[in-house]
Amino acid sequence: MISELGHFALILALGAALIQIFVPAYGVWKRDPRALAVATSAAQTQAMLVFFAFGCLTWSFVYSDFSVAYVAANSNLELPMVYRVTAVWGAHEGSLLLWVAILGGWTLAVSIFNRRLPADITATTLAVLGTVSVGFLLFMLLTSNPFDRLFPVPLDGKDLNPLLQDPGMVIHPPMLYMGYVGFSVAFAFAIAALVSGRLDSAWARWTRPWTTTAWLFMTLGITLGSWWAYHVLGWGGWWFWDPVENASFMPWLVGTALIHSLAVTEKRGLLKSWTVLLAILAFGLSLLGTFLVRSGVIVSVHAFASDPARGVFILGFLTIILGASFLLYAWRAPKLTSEGEMTLFSREGLLLINNVFLVVASASVLLGTLYPLLVDALELGKISVGPPYFNAVFLPLFAPLVLMVGVAATVPWKRAKLGDIVRHLRVPLIIAIAAAIVVPLYIHGHAPVAVIAGGFLGFWAIVTAVQEIWRRMRAKTTLSAGLFGVPRGVWGMSLAHFGLGVWALGVTFVSSYSVEKDVRLSPGQSIDLSGYEFRFDGVEPHVGPNYDSDYGTVTIEHHGEVVATVHPEKRLYRATQQMMTEAAVDHTPLRDIYVALGEPLSEDASHTGDWALRLYYKPMMRLVWLGGAFMVLGGVLAATDRRYRLTRAAEANVATNSAVV
Amino acid sequence: MTKRQKRMAAIAALLVGLSLAAALGFTAFRKNMMYFYTPSDLLAGTTKVGAKLRLGGLVERGSVKRGEGLSVDFILADCEHSLPVHYEGILPDLFREGQGIVATGSMQANGTFTADEVLAKHDENYMPPQVADALKTQDGKHACAPFKSVNKVEAAK
Repeated sequence: MISELGHFALILALGAALIQIFVPAYGVWKRDPRALAVATSAAQTQAMLVFFAFGCLTWSFVYSDFSVAYVAANSNLELPMVYRVTAVWGAHEGSLLLWVAILGGWTLAVSIFNRRLPADITATTLAVLGTVSVGFLLFMLLTSNPFDRLFPVPLDGKDLNPLLQDPGMVIHPPMLYMGYVGFSVAFAFAIAALVSGRLDSAWARWTRPWTTTAWLFMTLGITLGSWWAYHVLGWGGWWFWDPVENASFMPWLVGTALIHSLAVTEKRGLLKSWTVLLAILAFGLSLLGTFLVRSGVIVSVHAFASDPARGVFILGFLTIILGASFLLYAWRAPKLTSEGEMTLFSREGLLLINNVFLVVASASVLLGTLYPLLVDALELGKISVGPPYFNAVFLPLFAPLVLMVGVAATVPWKRAKLGDIVRHLRVPLIIAIAAAIVVPLYIHGHAPVAVIAGGFLGFWAIVTAVQEIWRRMRAKTTLSAGLFGVPRGVWGMSLAHFGLGVWALGVTFVSSYSVEKDVRLSPGQSIDLSGYEFRFDGVEPHVGPNYDSDYGTVTIEHHGEVVATVHPEKRLYRATQQMMTEAAVDHTPLRDIYVALGEPLSEDASHTGDWALRLYYKPMMRLVWLGGAFMVLGGVLAATDRRYRLTRAAEANVATNSAVV
Repeated sequence: MTKRQKRMAAIAALLVGLSLAAALGFTAFRKNMMYFYTPSDLLAGTTKVGAKLRLGGLVERGSVKRGEGLSVDFILADCEHSLPVHYEGILPDLFREGQGIVATGSMQANGTFTADEVLAKHDENYMPPQVADALKTQDGKHACAPFKSVNKVEAAK
């Protein structure tokens, strides 16, 4: 019964979404304020219906209604409650429902916060969001309905994929989807600008907080995904250049470019059509990401099912949305004229270069991800490019970006004097070089050129970000006046750049000083790794809620003192008979020690034999995620800058005046 | 320089930069590209000894032999031919006899394949898609010995 209600709600939501498209579109065309006003209520109704459907599916999971095929395939009576709730998005159908529900959330937010914008802009924005909704609702109803029934009803479900039974997995997908879907708002604003032909700094100011919010969720999602892969996949890496990771990284890169070009559009009225193009591309790449992950064209933990009909549907939808947007762009973009002159050596000029680098980086990731698929589709053989390709291409593109981060913040808008810049950056330059040489030497006793170069980039971004804040605070008389006097937007920018520096440091240290060793140990045996003594204390059987495991114990000593006792596990999930490695990590801010159980190496099944163990020593590993966390925090501050709220009062006047255009 | 010349210079610089990036990208791509082969392809002898490639197939039942330390030898096969594979390291969780894997590595002069990495990402039919494709199976239900009934064996467990 509940699942029929959910199914019915989805059909009603499709109807509401269609109204959300066509009535406002008619209103924009005929300039009819009553038709424009329908957009808001239709959008809110649609969002509520989708939320209701999501609630229905969650209910079916919580109460283990195995007559619903999707629940039977992804849950189990033994599955702990928290994972029953998260199993809602544990596979294809449910994650689509999550997609649509999050889109509903964004739509609702737009309909609430945009009340003060001109009515036609709000209506067009909501109509575009409605179009995206219709696409995904149709996709769900036609090819992947999560509410399909299953007869005869099984006594127990097949259980959730063990890889997804992890705290990281509880919030990684919703956060990442918040980002993916959030770019649809920037996209909708871009289309509204093209349709109305009005693209000024007010438009950029409306779009900026939305884009920054989407970006910060995406950053959070990617960071969490990386952290999850490190803990759960059992390989001890934090980024694998897996097609699925790339699928989220490409829109992130373009989204980052978009944030920066929006700043130029707002402050200087330049790069307008470029900004619009980036907004379209960022959302296009989000859709492409969804296509790559959901269609089963790539193999990974995320590719749930390979049903060609599904891939064709998303590809068709992608073609329609992007085709229509580019057509509109080609038609209307020439009308978006810039209001000023651009000089290359100015903040806007450097931001343009930053954009070029980010877009080229994204294109190189796209090449490495899509080209093998294309070659395969044309039956020219099966090829793949591994991490070496991405590293080789990415490094030379990313290093200048980080260099520019430090410069751009001090360079003024419009026109800069080289002398001033050099004078400003002299001190940070010296500090960064000194730190890049001293810190690795102090910690590790040796410093290869790669570490000094990477360390310099990291410290450079950190020091210049701190300097930017300091420079602005010094202008005030007291410390507290200084702290509160710096606008949140600047805090946000500096914090995000600081995070980039922290991340770069982490990456540099981890990739240069990590020690990894796969060993064979019998119980009681010890081995030394980078001054740490690992003693394998054997393995015991252990019974978990829905799995049986081999529970290992490893004692780690450093300078004769016990630093940690860790318990890596090898789990066998009962329902799926799937094996899972649960790595054990002991971490301090300065280093991670990572222990994973490989496999039992002796022939007999007793627990006293030799085991293969994977031991890693990873300095500064935490900085990689800490950097991501700083970027997210920076995004939060930037998105909540008072500037965006204060201008609402001013916009209210604009809105009442131009409600009927 | 006039404004127009300045703009032209900027565009030229941009183009040079972009083509440089493209050239670097494509070179890196060519260098790191790996083709996918089956044991039959390799035994047909068209690949060079020592060239890095990906080999996909099924792990023959009863062929996995452990040696000193972490070294392990097994036989990887498709429906027609089989090939000895040597690997040193920890095998993935999803590695099992009778099931499909993809190994990255190179052929040695003595006719064995040395793997640097063994991947066992697969779908519900225990087949990596490339392997399933190469074996021309339908729905992953490959019919050749010695892997005849992976699905049935799994079901019988």
